[in-house]
Amino acid sequence: MADRNEPLPQIKLRRDNALRLLVEGVPYIRWMGIRFDRRGDELTAIMPFDQKLIGNPFLPAIHGGATAAFLEIAALVELSWSAMWEDLESGRIAPDAAMPDSLPRLPKTIDFTVDYLRSGLPRDAYARARVVRSGRRYASVHVEAWQDNRAKLIAQATAHFLMPQG
Amino acid sequence: MTSEDQISTETRDRIARQFIEAIPHASALGMSLDRLGTGEAEISMAWNADFVGDPRSGIIHGGVISALMDTCCGAAVLSHPTGPRSTATIDLRIDYMRAAAPGQRITARATCYHVTRSVAFVRAQAMDEDSENPVATATGAFTLER
Repeated sequence: MADRNEPLPQIKLRRDNALRLLVEGVPYIRWMGIRFDRRGDELTAIMPFDQKLIGNPFLPAIHGGATAAFLEIAALVELSWSAMWEDLESGRIAPDAAMPDSLPRLPKTIDFTVDYLRSGLPRDAYARARVVRSGRRYASVHVEAWQDNRAKLIAQATAHFLMPQG
Repeated sequence: MTSEDQISTETRDRIARQFIEAIPHASALGMSLDRLGTGEAEISMAWNADFVGDPRSGIIHGGVISALMDTCCGAAVLSHPTGPRSTATIDLRIDYMRAAAPGQRITARATCYHVTRSVAFVRAQAMDEDSENPVATATGAFTLER
């Protein structure tokens, strides 16, 4: 069980470090400019607007492929994060930048279905994912993305993942 | 090859280049429109270290495949003989069969196999240099603006 007397700055540092290693280890997340905001174990993915994300310059609108990639990244990071949370809190794992193997392997995407609800505006986008079911082998994750209004989704997706074995 | 064929080939190449240049995200990912038929499109892109999803294996992130599939499906819709003015994705499902081999070029082929007055139905495949075994398949519905 987690140590109730562990100093707060140490708890935050441990969690932020683990999240940073998980996210910064993926070149494509960096290239897309996507980052994650953490409140306790809750993650919000943020995709700051960038000209290279545009799909239709006349509207203008964010490319559907960029939106799909954002949703898939948010789902994958949420699933990995929630799968490692217990081990991280109990100290069974201690992710270390110098040792890539100290982080668990990433789940693999089996399939991904994205539903486009509104055109993505040239503004920052946010996403939150929910692990609907996570078994030993398979996981199902639902993810939603929005821009100015949390209630007005620009897209949602359901993804299935194969969990890393061993 | 006659000079007439030559001109049409050049014109085709110019249109293909302009299509990608008009889409900043496709251009940033280094996509090239290799073929545009009637309701069919082929778009490819090179492997790039920036697009890796798993640094331990060098495998391209699924999101890159999604962007490639989405662009290719959109191109197939726009090339449909009924001449749509524009299109947008309604939904897209991608099945990932296997990891794309690190370092290899990825090619997507899409077919717009049916259109109604306002909806286009598309399917696509993505391959690396082993064209026998698809990396991923996709199926989607797109809007049609006439």
